[in-house]
Amino acid sequence: MNRHLISAADLSRDDALLVLDTADELARISDRPIKKLPTLRGRTVVNLFFEDSTRTRISFEAAAKRLSADVINFSAKGSSVAKGESLKDTALTLEAMGADAVVIRHNASGAPHRLAEWVHGSVINAGDGAHEHPTQALLDAFTIRRRFGRSSGSGTGNGGGTGSGSATGNGTGRGGRGAALDGLRVTIVGDILHSRVARSNVILLHTLGAEVLLIAPPTLLPVAVDTWPCSIDYDLDAALPKSDVVMMLRVQQERMNAAYFPSVREYSRRYGLDAARMAQLPERTIVMHPGPMNRGVEIAAGVADSPRSTVVEQVANGVSVRMAVLYLLLGGAEDDQ
Amino acid sequence: MGHVHSAGHEPRPGTDATARSVPGQGKIVLERDEIGRALTRIAHEIIERTRGAEQVVLLGIPTRGVPLAGRLAAGIQQVEGHPIPHGSLDITMYRDDLRLRPARTLRRTRVPPDGIDGKIVVLVDDVLYSGRTVRAALDALNDLGRPRAVQLAVLVDRGHRELPIRPDYVGKNLPTSQQELVRVLLTEVDGEDAVLLGTAAGAETTGGRQR
Repeated sequence: MNRHLISAADLSRDDALLVLDTADELARISDRPIKKLPTLRGRTVVNLFFEDSTRTRISFEAAAKRLSADVINFSAKGSSVAKGESLKDTALTLEAMGADAVVIRHNASGAPHRLAEWVHGSVINAGDGAHEHPTQALLDAFTIRRRFGRSSGSGTGNGGGTGSGSATGNGTGRGGRGAALDGLRVTIVGDILHSRVARSNVILLHTLGAEVLLIAPPTLLPVAVDTWPCSIDYDLDAALPKSDVVMMLRVQQERMNAAYFPSVREYSRRYGLDAARMAQLPERTIVMHPGPMNRGVEIAAGVADSPRSTVVEQVANGVSVRMAVLYLLLGGAEDDQ
Repeated sequence: MGHVHSAGHEPRPGTDATARSVPGQGKIVLERDEIGRALTRIAHEIIERTRGAEQVVLLGIPTRGVPLAGRLAAGIQQVEGHPIPHGSLDITMYRDDLRLRPARTLRRTRVPPDGIDGKIVVLVDDVLYSGRTVRAALDALNDLGRPRAVQLAVLVDRGHRELPIRPDYVGKNLPTSQQELVRVLLTEVDGEDAVLLGTAAGAETTGGRQR
């Protein structure tokens, strides 16, 4: 693996599977009375959040704490950034404090990339502008893999633990390891233009062998989307019956100074997932949403709360996946520079 | 101390009547039948020392400790007639040398449904060397519950302890130099049963796990 995780493109197929397999094992720890591991004792993880976030910041914090790392939370509000300190000066401060990893969220695309040049530790992108959010893509892939029974944790019904039984497991290399997402059809719907989640997901899901279809109004597709490894369409109703996964994206009203569609109601009617549209989905299909949801806009409340919806699961899986990323980036020896 | 094992104390593996070698892998110091007999003996010793193995839980340390734990459980069940809970205990996250190598892949921890609280946990591993793996396993157990007692069973004890740890059950005491490499092959993992002693030429392959 790379020393940093800035883009989903940093991950090869093997890297991505390693993260998912590691997360599978770590997820089992959350069932235990003692959920803590000593692995990152003495390591410092800085959460550097220049943009508001609840679930991602808490998720990273929980992940680092479960691995016994020391966590320093830094949010732009109430810090020297509010006084005009530059990203570089902030980075040098962190460097002087000896941060082993910096988890950064920033409203400017490319900020984590710049930061990686200034600090010695690992940089993990927790969302930069409309660019990428690789750990969200990893937790989405993890959730899909679990729901479709392809993870290493699934299908091991050998009760009291006939330990050796799993050694001949499913295919990919070492026994008992999970599979990729080959052949699954994932439809991502909504505001692709402002969505770092969409970009990271397209890259990662493609790496893992899934077929990705984007559905959005033409105004909400980024320039050069035709170079992405996915197909594009504008008709949600046609796409639903052939989807294994439907991922609804939040309409990012805070990023919409310009009008990208005539009205919220019209958007909702054409691109929202309501009960009638959910009825068109095949039985196996799951509905995902990276949160926070605009209930009644891109997703109806009844759909969000249905058993097909993985919204709550995604949050729980986020901690396991982020533990895996922190462990794989920080747990081993440091690469020589 | 306290246990004299019939199979132990050969002066040197090379003097074994059965010694033969596998090209590129080293000398065979335990054949399939000898492994079988050693495990049968350990199973009986466990029954004896735990008064019928009623409260025993066998936890194998991946990779090869896991099938060994399964075989011991089967051996004990054959004599005592009741099933012995067994599982696996991954120690990766508890190692003291994590920062000396790239991050390792995690293995499965599988604890029997009744847990380990109040039980006699027998840790099972293939080779006992520095003792660091066992130390990590004790830490890992600590996070899983509070057993009444913890014991240690190993197929091969090759010496060179770096911590105050001793096994309770030993398949074979194998005096080695630190340049040598002990490889345990098991049918469940490697397709055959054997214990090999080689030189550290191909040290990156396996058996160095104990370091």
